[in-house]
Amino acid sequence: MNKAIVGFLKLITDALRDLAPIILVIAFFQIVVLQQPFPNLGGILVGLVCVVLGLALFVQGLEMGLFPIGEAMATAMARKGSLAGLLAFAFALGFGTTVAEPALIAVAAEAADIAGQAGAIENNAEAKDSYAFGLRMTVAVSVGAALVLGVFRILVGWPIQYFIIGGYILVITITMFAPAEIVGIAYDSGGVTTSTITVPLVTALGVGLASSIKGRNPMLDGFGLIAFASLTPMIFVMIFGMLA
Amino acid sequence: MIAFIIHFLEVTAATVLDVLPIAIILFVFQALVVRKKPANLGRVLFGFLYVLLGLSLFLVGLEEALFPLGKAMAQMLTNPDFLGIEKGAPVRWEDYLWVYAFAASIGFATTVAEPSLIAVALKAQEVSGGTLRAFELRIAVAVGVAIGVSVGSYRIVSGTPLPYYIMAGYALVIIQTFLASKPIIPLAYDSGGVTTSTVTVPVVAALGLGLATAIPGRSPLLDGFGLIAFASVFPIVTVLGYDMLISWLRGQSKTTTDTKEESA
Repeated sequence: MNKAIVGFLKLITDALRDLAPIILVIAFFQIVVLQQPFPNLGGILVGLVCVVLGLALFVQGLEMGLFPIGEAMATAMARKGSLAGLLAFAFALGFGTTVAEPALIAVAAEAADIAGQAGAIENNAEAKDSYAFGLRMTVAVSVGAALVLGVFRILVGWPIQYFIIGGYILVITITMFAPAEIVGIAYDSGGVTTSTITVPLVTALGVGLASSIKGRNPMLDGFGLIAFASLTPMIFVMIFGMLA
Repeated sequence: MIAFIIHFLEVTAATVLDVLPIAIILFVFQALVVRKKPANLGRVLFGFLYVLLGLSLFLVGLEEALFPLGKAMAQMLTNPDFLGIEKGAPVRWEDYLWVYAFAASIGFATTVAEPSLIAVALKAQEVSGGTLRAFELRIAVAVGVAIGVSVGSYRIVSGTPLPYYIMAGYALVIIQTFLASKPIIPLAYDSGGVTTSTVTVPVVAALGLGLATAIPGRSPLLDGFGLIAFASVFPIVTVLGYDMLISWLRGQSKTTTDTKEESA
């Protein structure tokens, strides 16, 4: 029991260290640059306590829950040799976690507004809703496809740089043909797709797979799934903008 | 206090909704494909509970303490009155120095606290057997976000096209890929995607929106986007750069010992 308490205290001090920069930056700009008083100081302190406790709990839960289950599923599927099951799992994980992502819902709605104003679609609620829905589905399918491709890469052990550099060249080529108003959203969509719970799970999946397949190096082959998941939405969203 | 509790419950409900699809997928594949009870099931479930509770507390705390201040700051700093810019004066990028400074420091600070980056860095430290230090990796990523967000702010102020910057970033990444050591490459590519989530996106988005609204001739809808893209490309550059720096330092200490041995 004592060990658990000491361990948790360590997590709390780590969390404090991780949050110190934000507190310093905000305090500096508030006091020195903007020269404003802090509104509602009590509320801020309560909030900070929540943030520190929350971060410590999250890291603890990561080690207990998300990492082990991700690796266990990867190992079990690799041992079964069920390629279809593994690829289906990768797609479901990518699609399922992205389609309901709040950040993506917000970005899709904004993108529909832009398209309406630019005259790419009719400027009414119905057309915008269907545009936003189509965009969300596009991104979710692209993240699913990315994880399938990424898992496949781990299985065959191809070096990641060919895929990523190829992807960059695709992004740049498509940028030249895509409507200008979609480019900013497309570039940002790569960043918003990977949520805080998906990332640890996907990372554990990749590392677990690479560790349980003979001849794969977890460092060289295990990482990289997130990179795929942040690159494909850019390509898919621009193509969506060209077709819609 | 009651408002706070209600807020906490709302955020928890939203987090549960976020986790639900993941839990369903895990359960379905566990039942249909793996067909074996996972080891330490109780511990894993407690882990999920901690993640849920931790993330909710974290978000509520951020919304209570940091986001309102950060967003208000982004608005105030981009306000022409604060920057001492006269109405109707032409846009000069030098007038916005405080904005770049704020962009860099808030980009750095929010990235250090980003939970998904913590997760990836911990995993990398574990997999590399400790040769790669989680905290150093996170600092390298945070420096990348700092550079990215401040260059991105400069882009909004100057009104130059986004694709040129991203292409330049890609060109750098491709060159560095050939120079950096192999094991760091997949991790570096990953670090681009993990930087921008819970903590960074709301504050950085507010900054982009504030800038694009305040500067004449910029449209918040068109120019407000793109900061996240900057924050996703530049960490790849700095993580690869960090690896190159370490290799160079090692080579340096090797050559100095070599020359010492030779002279001795």
